[in-house]
Amino acid sequence: MAVVTYREALNQALDEEMQRDPDVFLMGEEVGVYNGAYKVSKGLLDKYGEMRVVDTPITELGFAGLGVGAAMTGIRPVIEFMTWNFAILAFDQIFNSAAKLRSMSGGQFKLPITFRGPTGAALQLAAQHSQSLESQVAHYPGIKVVVPGTPADAKGLLKAAIRDDDPVAFFEGEMLYNLKGEVPDDDDFVIPLGVAEVKREGSDVSIITHGKMIHVALQAAGMLEKDGINAEVLDLRSIRPLDVDAILATVAKTNRVVLVEEGWPFGGITATVAALIQEEAFDMLDAPILRVTQADVPMPYAKVLEKAVKPSAELVVEKVNRVLYR
Amino acid sequence: MATKVYMEALSPTMEEGRLATWLKNEGDEVKEGDVLAEVETDKATMELVARGSGILRKRLIGDGDTANVGTVIAVIAGPDEDVSALTGGAEVKAEQAPSAAEAPAQEKVAQAAGSDVGQGAAAVAAAGETEPDSAERGTPAEATPSTAAPTPAPDGTSKESAPAAPEPPEAKGDAGTEASSGNGRVKASPLARKMASESGVQLGGVQGSGPGGRIVKRDVEAAMEGGAQAQQPAAPASAEKPAAAPSAPPAQAGEGYRDQPLSPMRKTIAKRLAQSIGPIPHFFLTVEVDMGESMRLRARINERFADQGVKVSPNDLIIKAVAAALRKHPWVNASWTGDAIRFHDHVHIGVAVAVDEGLITPVVRDADRKGVAEIATEVRELAGRAREKKLKPEEYTGSTFSLSNLGMFGIEEFTAVINPPEAAILAVGAISPKVVVDAKGDMAVRQRMRVTLSCDHRVIDGATGAQFLQTLKGYLEDPMLMIA
Amino acid sequence: MTETKTRKAESRAATPETAPAPERPPKSDEERLQGFERDQLRQMMHDMLLARRFEEKAAEAYALGKIGGFCHLYIGQEAVAVGAIHALRKDDYVMTAYREHVHALQTGIEAGAVMAELYGRADGCSGGKGGSMHMFSVEKNYLGGHGIVGGQIPLALGVAWKIKYRKEDRVMQVYCGEAAVNQGAFHESLNMAALWKLPLILIVENNRFGMGTAWERAASLYDIWQKASAYAMPSAVGDGMDVLDMYRVAAEAAERARAGEGPTLIEARTYRYVGHSMSDPVSGVYRTKEDVEKEKANDPISIFAGLLARNDILSQQELEEMDAEAKRISEAAAEFAEKSPEPSADEAYKDIYAEEDVNGRLYFDMRGR
Repeated sequence: MAVVTYREALNQALDEEMQRDPDVFLMGEEVGVYNGAYKVSKGLLDKYGEMRVVDTPITELGFAGLGVGAAMTGIRPVIEFMTWNFAILAFDQIFNSAAKLRSMSGGQFKLPITFRGPTGAALQLAAQHSQSLESQVAHYPGIKVVVPGTPADAKGLLKAAIRDDDPVAFFEGEMLYNLKGEVPDDDDFVIPLGVAEVKREGSDVSIITHGKMIHVALQAAGMLEKDGINAEVLDLRSIRPLDVDAILATVAKTNRVVLVEEGWPFGGITATVAALIQEEAFDMLDAPILRVTQADVPMPYAKVLEKAVKPSAELVVEKVNRVLYR
Repeated sequence: MATKVYMEALSPTMEEGRLATWLKNEGDEVKEGDVLAEVETDKATMELVARGSGILRKRLIGDGDTANVGTVIAVIAGPDEDVSALTGGAEVKAEQAPSAAEAPAQEKVAQAAGSDVGQGAAAVAAAGETEPDSAERGTPAEATPSTAAPTPAPDGTSKESAPAAPEPPEAKGDAGTEASSGNGRVKASPLARKMASESGVQLGGVQGSGPGGRIVKRDVEAAMEGGAQAQQPAAPASAEKPAAAPSAPPAQAGEGYRDQPLSPMRKTIAKRLAQSIGPIPHFFLTVEVDMGESMRLRARINERFADQGVKVSPNDLIIKAVAAALRKHPWVNASWTGDAIRFHDHVHIGVAVAVDEGLITPVVRDADRKGVAEIATEVRELAGRAREKKLKPEEYTGSTFSLSNLGMFGIEEFTAVINPPEAAILAVGAISPKVVVDAKGDMAVRQRMRVTLSCDHRVIDGATGAQFLQTLKGYLEDPMLMIA
Repeated sequence: MTETKTRKAESRAATPETAPAPERPPKSDEERLQGFERDQLRQMMHDMLLARRFEEKAAEAYALGKIGGFCHLYIGQEAVAVGAIHALRKDDYVMTAYREHVHALQTGIEAGAVMAELYGRADGCSGGKGGSMHMFSVEKNYLGGHGIVGGQIPLALGVAWKIKYRKEDRVMQVYCGEAAVNQGAFHESLNMAALWKLPLILIVENNRFGMGTAWERAASLYDIWQKASAYAMPSAVGDGMDVLDMYRVAAEAAERARAGEGPTLIEARTYRYVGHSMSDPVSGVYRTKEDVEKEKANDPISIFAGLLARNDILSQQELEEMDAEAKRISEAAAEFAEKSPEPSADEAYKDIYAEEDVNGRLYFDMRGR
């Protein structure tokens, strides 16, 4: 296994899938000549040419819809949003077309399209560029939502997303592109969607999270270990489909749950998971489920304010202590 | 502050109630705890008590009217208070009922683990009446003298009728550390509730270590551990428990039992048999008993106690013999809980009584510890009130074994259907003269009776049931053995 | 009140005088019929009659409560879709917005399947899950049926992209109403279609009202065809009340697209004789009854019938027989829909995803909770 960055892992996934299937093409702003705003598509234009690595105008609604139309008639687009924040302009096509065409046509179309791009807060990018929108996208039946947190997951899940016959929204961690990790070299290293992974085994409390926040959770678990608390960290990896069995298993194991997400609490993924746990594992709970999320405010610019509203390992530790009645 | 009077769930299964008679008129002054009306439930006629004081301003239904549980049926308020908003709104869900009624009810439902105990008992309890909580059984620990025996009543005296209740909310002094909120609800995590229900730990007696005194997993585990240790010496010799004075009220609170986890073989037997017939796999064992000795004993007792008005029936003797036999055969005095077999520490015999609209089984509690005369008196009294529909829920729930006697109808032999979650029921036929051939080969006329035991095969196997019947037959044919 | 409303309606109504007429001189019958086969002309007449009678039947069924939801009828605009789709090949794609019954019929979907879809029945062309606004047929290359104004245009752009990507000899013909022209999706799509020379034909059906708002109240520039110049793409104005004119402009656009010359914007000047949907008024605050009656003198079916009769292509008697046939087909479609079963209840949980057999929970089936 080679140690590569999250960015390189994504690049490998794109490269391998484009090699494997001539119907796969990548389209988005700056993906070609510029090699990608975050250099995820580096080298692909030279390798695959202008029909398969397509620089678009700044026109998110238009090229997102283009992707859906291309997918419904049989090819396999990967649509890159420079960030998911800009995809808000394209949500009509993602929600009203991609997520619904199969259902409202009575099953006549497959929509093998992947929408991908970075999500979440970076550093001092202020309110419009710091959002975690996976919970909003996951709200819509008909679309799948994947949020990898490590280089290996980034590669294995992106390959699965591209091969999938349903629309997949793929959320990359903007702060994770330089993260290094071991990634299998295998061309067929595919991680099936809907399979969560225990990133750290533990017995006292379950921290359930996804994406960038797994690193916050793991950091918190390290801090807790010094206090003699053995926290389990479950990485959901995909939000839709949701690995309910893995959630219930960790709840049954520890009986105490802290949920962490980078987005807002209102209608968030943690809200859904909390509802699910009380519906299906009420008797397994020994404490109320607590959540760590971004503060329910638009992201402020000032450094000190930004830090104050983001989820942190300290906050996770605090909530863990509360569910442990300490 | 106006008080809504709801149609309360006065029996475990009650969904609606018929208001038999209002005992207070509009305009009457009522105090909290006053009986407002008599309500016919699906099982009995119950008293509906006031949960607030003031003037009974409005009765929203009349005598003979029926209302769903949770419906506002009257309003108590101050003399000048505007109650128009309350009297206008008719349907109110039970969940919105005053917390005094609501909270304990939820508590029990949560703990009952399949037992169908609703608001009825709770409502009565909240009104300060006797509360034999059949759902909230005590742990073995609490059944031991050290923790449960003489629980003093809140005022420090020991009321004869006061149950050794699982620490009634009022008794809790230190609200900061007790797992009880002000309205009497025990605070416990869902997991703690489930564990308590499965293990028999009584949450009311557990000190909560969570925030606000919430009982959590570790607290129940601690209680279970303590209970297991305390139980050990008593377990093998349950029959040797010091008998309480016969006249003592049954120690209903803190009633103990022991859950024996299912062995794989037991589980397989249970599953396969349940698949074969109905939810309860019944089988039936019949034995013929010579009642000569029992009838002679009965005559002597009746003669001796004639001046006290005691009249023992053959059935009373059978109850006594059954209770004594159950002591020797714990597998028959047991219940199927789904994932365990529950052995009851007490022997409570349900006696089927035919009433106008069907059948009800008042319970003779601790029948094994009562004399025949006492049983006779109690059965007569209970049966009388059963026919008048005046039984309280606690008087017809909680039996560990039941008995049905159709001998008075001349029925020679029949099978009875088990009263879940009990594991067996005894069907008693008529005592009639029969010609029998004795051991020496001589023919003689004897008073014979056939009894049939219906068994839940998940709990009782053929041999177990047969051994019980053998013991029972021995007791009835030679009653002296019961005290030997 | 009534007086005020009427006065407002008059002042707000789009009048032909304020709108520039199509910039082509009137043609002789001979010029108009040139190049058309007799059978093709008769087929177009048949299709327009079927479109009219089918929509009338749908209106009747809607009034009887057999069709629910929104139901946007095409009465008055028949020449546009019938003419333009006649100019396509079978393997070309058609897509439109929600005023779509006639487009669906014209691509070859059985009238019964269209009506059954309106009825919400299992035999509908979307299995009863789409309804009036979401009809589809992969087999007939009819790609819907879209309910968000302008939302279908980027999708059609993507289909055109696929045609180019796969180097296919096909075109994508997409329709929108004139009001969709103000959506960003219209402009974004035109830009990319022209930038990448995609085989996209966008037909704007200018029926002069976006629901209840007259076009001149919504557009700074009345002429939609002129908007193409912003994207350096060719455009044309078609007479949306003349089926042969629509055929001609659509055929020219298709030819250009097949030759790799890229997209065309067509503005079809037409008029709807009915309300925006079945639950909207034909006239009222936004246009007067008199306006509508005046436009009816320009009925596309009457105009075409006159042309065919004058030139001995279709006699009055043949026209009546053809009309009776159209009514019979519409009647049979309604009977078919009536008899078609309701979708089974678990149909709602089907076809949400292509791959149901996956790990994890795809969606939260709340049945039984």
